[in-house]
Amino acid sequence: MTRKQRRLTMIGGSLAVLAVAAGLVLNAMRDSIVFFSTPSMAAEKHIPAGKRFRLGGLVQPGSLVRGDNLAVSFSVADGSAMLPVAYKGILPDLFREGQGVIAEGALDASGVFKADTVLAKHDETYMPKDVADALKKQGHWKDDYGAKTRASAPTQGASK
Amino acid sequence: MIAEVGHYALVLALALALIQSTVPIAGARWNDVALMNVARSTALAQLLFVAFSFTALVMLHVTSDFSVVNVFENSHSMKPLIYKITGVWGNHEGSMLLWVSILALFGGLVAAFGNNLPLSLRAHVLAVQAWIASAFYLFILVTSNPFLRIANPPIEGRDLNPVLQDIGLAVHPPMLYLGYVGFSISFSFAVAALIEGRIDAAWARWVRPWTLVAWIFLTLGIAMGSYWAYYELGWGGWWFWDPVENASLMPWLAGTALLHSAVVMEKRNALKVWTILLSILTFSLSLLGTFLVRSGVLTSVHAFATDPTRGVFILLILCLFIGGGLSLYAWRASALKQGGLFAPISREGALVLNNLFLTTACATVFIGTLYPLALEVLTNDKISVGAPFFNLTFGPLFVPLMLAMPFGPLLAWKRGDLLGAAQRLTAAGIAALIIVAVVWAWTYGGSTFAPLAIGLAIFVISGAVSDLAERLALFRGPFAVSMQRARGLPRASWGTAFAHAGVGIALIGIVCETTWNSEYIGSMKPDAVAKLAGYELKLDGVTQRQGPNFREMIAQFTVSLDGKTLSVMTPSKRNFTTRGSSTTEAALLTRGASQLYISLGDTTAEGALAVRIYHKPLVLLIWWGPVLMAFGGMLSLSDRRLRVGAPKPAKASRALQAAE
Repeated sequence: MTRKQRRLTMIGGSLAVLAVAAGLVLNAMRDSIVFFSTPSMAAEKHIPAGKRFRLGGLVQPGSLVRGDNLAVSFSVADGSAMLPVAYKGILPDLFREGQGVIAEGALDASGVFKADTVLAKHDETYMPKDVADALKKQGHWKDDYGAKTRASAPTQGASK
Repeated sequence: MIAEVGHYALVLALALALIQSTVPIAGARWNDVALMNVARSTALAQLLFVAFSFTALVMLHVTSDFSVVNVFENSHSMKPLIYKITGVWGNHEGSMLLWVSILALFGGLVAAFGNNLPLSLRAHVLAVQAWIASAFYLFILVTSNPFLRIANPPIEGRDLNPVLQDIGLAVHPPMLYLGYVGFSISFSFAVAALIEGRIDAAWARWVRPWTLVAWIFLTLGIAMGSYWAYYELGWGGWWFWDPVENASLMPWLAGTALLHSAVVMEKRNALKVWTILLSILTFSLSLLGTFLVRSGVLTSVHAFATDPTRGVFILLILCLFIGGGLSLYAWRASALKQGGLFAPISREGALVLNNLFLTTACATVFIGTLYPLALEVLTNDKISVGAPFFNLTFGPLFVPLMLAMPFGPLLAWKRGDLLGAAQRLTAAGIAALIIVAVVWAWTYGGSTFAPLAIGLAIFVISGAVSDLAERLALFRGPFAVSMQRARGLPRASWGTAFAHAGVGIALIGIVCETTWNSEYIGSMKPDAVAKLAGYELKLDGVTQRQGPNFREMIAQFTVSLDGKTLSVMTPSKRNFTTRGSSTTEAALLTRGASQLYISLGDTTAEGALAVRIYHKPLVLLIWWGPVLMAFGGMLSLSDRRLRVGAPKPAKASRALQAAE
């Protein structure tokens, strides 16, 4: 093999691997990406039943009902809309009524969000409220709630 | 007083770093030995001052001086001493101070042990190191000063986030930082080489041990963090493809590639330009990891800092060093001479393949981690890219890599014999096929993928063993001769075998845990029995206990197998009064490499306790693998070649190259 042929083999091999990787990435992008919605966004977009998404908002106070065998139901609200959620399993340590939560799953035919994962959002740093509010005004608050709930939810971070 | 002294020491360290950034470069320009030697003394003095500053912060935490904001926000007088110390780096400011301390430590090590480096190279390396250090000192002093005082000192602190009050925190961040920051050395060497426009095999010899040290720490740090998440978060998961985890995985993948390409450069003087690029990229990914974690752009388990000014500052540092490094590369790389021809089927070829797959895998992780951020900035859509994405992209790329792995060490440099290598791997291949058949028959009707994956892992492990057997001429001659060969075999060869086997072992653990993990989730009343994987777990009762800074609810389970009592497991739930938050302390029972795992949920009104019990077969192999890899790395590091003969002037070493 000449130097040129060797180089071509190398470049050809690299391009082949990169093409395969690009294919894998695009394929995975299509199938395994989950969008995030608040209850009002979910209502606006008319997300079809069975389509997986992440639902985020505040746990509506007084909505938590524990059923048999670890079944729980609660509502997630974002100030303007509310969505009932059904989940079976143990809720995270930081799950509280009135606190932020993210649930992953899909809507069923009756419009109930069947969650298979629930992540609680919570305050880890105890940032003073005015600092938190200032951050929110600047739009740097890395949280996923609608504008209305922002003022009432000094929460950040997700915990598994 | 201590706080002010610590602050002052940090300012002095910045001043020293600024001197170290400029004077040695000027010295190298004018060929002035005295000026170039400034680098050495300033690097050592800088280390001294930053160590002093770090010690001051530790002192403040230990003495619970709540007049300092950082201590007030992250400590509590009742907290056990060990967590008072580890709490120093359990917060943003302290962890950044740890970051620069480690940076200064590496700089100091180069200064102390780099006596046999060419003077101008050492001057350049230390100067580049000081550029990075100056940027981060400024960052700390301007945006994240850990020594700020409060006007009216409170009596009690706010306590450290309970999840972080764990021995894992004592070890995980320092290890990870030693890895992250360790790659700054290869970056500095690469930039120095580009500035000098000169690079040779001797350069790779100096860089390789530093890269290896960083890689060992990063490997252990990632494994440690994964185990910490496994037992502390109470979910039994050990890898979440969380952006912060990915942030540490990316430099690891690039660093692993760098480690291998540096071998080619050292032995064969080839792949120079690529090795330089990898050095720059690896440290860039470390910086990116720091940015992702420290700027709070990600909403994730680890993101305990949310402050935009900090984010923008780190982003600037990031752009400066990555952009600067890559521009310098684009400008100067063509000046480096290419060397060392080799056929596609050769040791070099195999290492190129390794690099290709590792960097591609790294790129897919990069896309999966940053795509959601980019999309959010561009379209305001929030998406989450979770485990399925990475399993579909990262997984398939690792299969060919692992298939090729045993072949690499068996191929000769320059021109390899693939058929010969395949013949020598026959035994490994047969072993793998037998295992596939056995596992498949044993778990008949189950997953078809798992037996194949385990077969691949066995192939990698037995491939590493056959490589050693081959080198020792085991079974082909008298045993005594093999023993003699074993003593003579370079430690680096042992290291390769151990590290490669470690990859296989980790894969077995991963496959077994994900495929045959069984779980029981339900509510249990006292004296109730849960059955899982042949074990019987009886809930004896629930007790309350007062800890130093928390209240604890402890459940006691008696575990029995076939009617015989094995052990007692006591998972608990802790309530931290100061922060009003609780943590779940899982109980683990180790049986060989498998584990039983219990974590508690809430208590219901009727006194029943929600529990989650897992049986995780061979789960410990997931972490034994990386430990073995790190052990391989240490063996390789102790190689005589790297320890003794390494740094020689370029000319002398070039003459020696011919003999190899």
